[in-house]
Amino acid sequence: MKRRNFLKACLIGGTTIALGKTNKGWASGSFEGYPEAMGVLVDTTRCIGCRSCEAACNKEQKLPEPDTSFDDPSVFEHERRPTSKAYTVVNRYQKEQPSGPVYRKVQCNHCNEPACLTSCFVNAYTKTQEGAVIYNSKVCVGCRNCMIACPFNVPGYDYDSATNPIVKKCILCYDTRLKYGKPPACVEICPQEALTFGHRADLIKLAHERIRATPERYVDHVYGEKEVGGTSWLYLAPVGFDKLGFDTTLSNDPIISNVKDFLGMVPMVLSIWPALFSGIHLLCKHEEQDGHGHDTDSNQEDTKP
Amino acid sequence: MKKMIQHGLAIVDSPYDEDGKKRTLVNKLLLGLTPSQYLLQAFRNPFNWILAAIFAIGIPILIGRFFFGLAWATSGSNDYPWGLFLGFGLFAMVPLSSSGFQLGTACEIFGRHDLEPIERLALLNGLLGYFFAVMYLLADLGQPWRLPYPMVVSFGPAAVLFLVAWHVATYLSVQVAEVSTAFFEWIGFPAGKRGVRKITLGLTVSGIILSTLHQGALGALFTYAPGKVHPLWYSSSFQWLHFFVSSLPGGLCMVITVSTIAAKTMAWRGDTRFHEKLDKVTVSLAKGACMGIATYITIKLIAIAHDNKWAYLDSGWGQWFMFEIIVGFMLPLTLMTYGVHTRKMAIVRLGAFMTVFGVVLNRVNTAMITFNWKLPHREIPPWREVIISLTIFATYIVVYRFILYRLPILFKWRRQEQEETVPEAVPVPALGRREASSVPVASYSSMTKLD
Ligand code: SF4
Ligand code: SF4
Repeated sequence: MKRRNFLKACLIGGTTIALGKTNKGWASGSFEGYPEAMGVLVDTTRCIGCRSCEAACNKEQKLPEPDTSFDDPSVFEHERRPTSKAYTVVNRYQKEQPSGPVYRKVQCNHCNEPACLTSCFVNAYTKTQEGAVIYNSKVCVGCRNCMIACPFNVPGYDYDSATNPIVKKCILCYDTRLKYGKPPACVEICPQEALTFGHRADLIKLAHERIRATPERYVDHVYGEKEVGGTSWLYLAPVGFDKLGFDTTLSNDPIISNVKDFLGMVPMVLSIWPALFSGIHLLCKHEEQDGHGHDTDSNQEDTKP
Repeated sequence: MKKMIQHGLAIVDSPYDEDGKKRTLVNKLLLGLTPSQYLLQAFRNPFNWILAAIFAIGIPILIGRFFFGLAWATSGSNDYPWGLFLGFGLFAMVPLSSSGFQLGTACEIFGRHDLEPIERLALLNGLLGYFFAVMYLLADLGQPWRLPYPMVVSFGPAAVLFLVAWHVATYLSVQVAEVSTAFFEWIGFPAGKRGVRKITLGLTVSGIILSTLHQGALGALFTYAPGKVHPLWYSSSFQWLHFFVSSLPGGLCMVITVSTIAAKTMAWRGDTRFHEKLDKVTVSLAKGACMGIATYITIKLIAIAHDNKWAYLDSGWGQWFMFEIIVGFMLPLTLMTYGVHTRKMAIVRLGAFMTVFGVVLNRVNTAMITFNWKLPHREIPPWREVIISLTIFATYIVVYRFILYRLPILFKWRRQEQEETVPEAVPVPALGRREASSVPVASYSSMTKLD
């Protein structure tokens, strides 16, 4: 049974009991992602920071006009992060290096086992067969737990809207392109072919091939292959990933495995506590049988201490 | 109230007034006063003026938050999604409200009937704390009208927050039922009270289960964000245990705090039993709290040793951590232990206040201050967010006081028959007995005006 169907099945079995079962589901090894999942390989050695991908995303997703135009290089002065108005941003690193700066595109990495999905209590997120992590604004309550959970600090929130604030993040152009087998807008527009679209499994092979072919060009690591259980977006870099703003402290386990200690405790409490405490109650009751009854009536006079 | 009682006003503590007539609901609501008398005493109280000022500023801003959105009222940032409303309102209010299930357990399960004078206060403290935690949550949710969604529309059963939502909701209803006995007595509906009493044991046991789970679950929420919370406040294996265990002294000390304030500012509302037993009960609660704090400090240290995080202690964050542990937990532990041994009630109570502070600080630290510690900037809540938080807290105090004034929480509801057997039933604290205590529990003549 597929993991996600399993979750749905759990719903039927009553909520609290389901939690115990769900936990077993999670504990049974890590989910490797859908075999037919698509992804994008980002080769940061090719990226020149032209920001056409940002512009293409803005147009494709019908996002509001940016504060500064897409060819204004002043944005590189500060590190930026995706927001509700920009699903992807390009940042510049290693400015002082003689080899020239390195640019890195940031967006939702479309994790195999997304923390946003597993932390959402109304199941607003879906990992599609195609690998995209999409979001249903119709059920989102706006607790912003997904933003707490995302290890890459991706989801942005519409704090300005009073009536319909929703979470906004890259959805891999799922509705308009991915569903029809087309690559996302940013990939299509990239003039440097820094972005490669394809099956995730193939991309991993391609990435390792590139490293093998020109080992002096890359560090020997494909970011996203294993991090937090693997992501659909994969990165190649000329220098250590920590120098490009990547979090290199993330474990290879999906985020949800941090929670399993607690989830494992839930069915225990549910099954042990009632018996334990009713037992104690019976014990205590037995002891005080002679006259020291329970003070059930508020009119009763005080029993002396 | 003090003046009026001095002038011979009988306190409402039975369904009948002095002439043996049945009191009406309005009469009970007005504390047996006429409307003009009632207003007079309300106006005379300076605390009411402070509250009025808070509401005058706070309510428009609270309404504004729903019209202009979160960005208008809060720091609302993508890097720090949770601000004061959740950091303080939810994460701190809930552990301070664990008193309900603890005293329920002690009285109903372990048969500690000596704690009964405070049981209802503890249950009420639990109910109101949870209720207002939900109020804070409503202020914080992007789409508060969808609060019931995880219950009815769309389920995410694998999420810890789903557990929190379900358990807080069910536990709230358990607490409503537990507190309802006092309400039934007050409105005069004995059948309802008897019905609830029959299921008390069931309610109490489900209270223990639900509390364990969601107090822990609040901690487990942060295990979704390994690396974001500073390692000294984070432990993937023990996070839920830290939250659960620290909620135990948190709840007990909150009851000590509230009962101290109530005994001082509304002495007329407690009956002889409450005033006489308060010190003894406080000592029992403090002993329990000490056990809890000792356990908490131990598992905190175990967690640091388990992940070998000692090096972090030697940093600015480490100092802040030591401050929290020492001022919020170790010092109160010492104070309360000393106070309990020497029966110095003032010291016990000081320790309890500090524990409440420590638990609040711990939650605010975990959810806000140390959250995203790797990011360069920290989030300072803007003034509107502070005022809204204050307004909701003031409402909490008002509702708390409203109920303590009226329902038989600190006193026992008398019936008419008893009137005949116990003619001098107007509660007068036994002054003689209290002289040894360093914290004087007020008698009517020494009462403050804060009523
Ligand atoms: S990167 Fe963040 S938002 Fe994107 S799928 Fe992963 S957890 Fe979710
Ligand atoms: S903000 Fe919305 S999508 Fe995110 S966890 Fe909460 S309900 Fe789910």
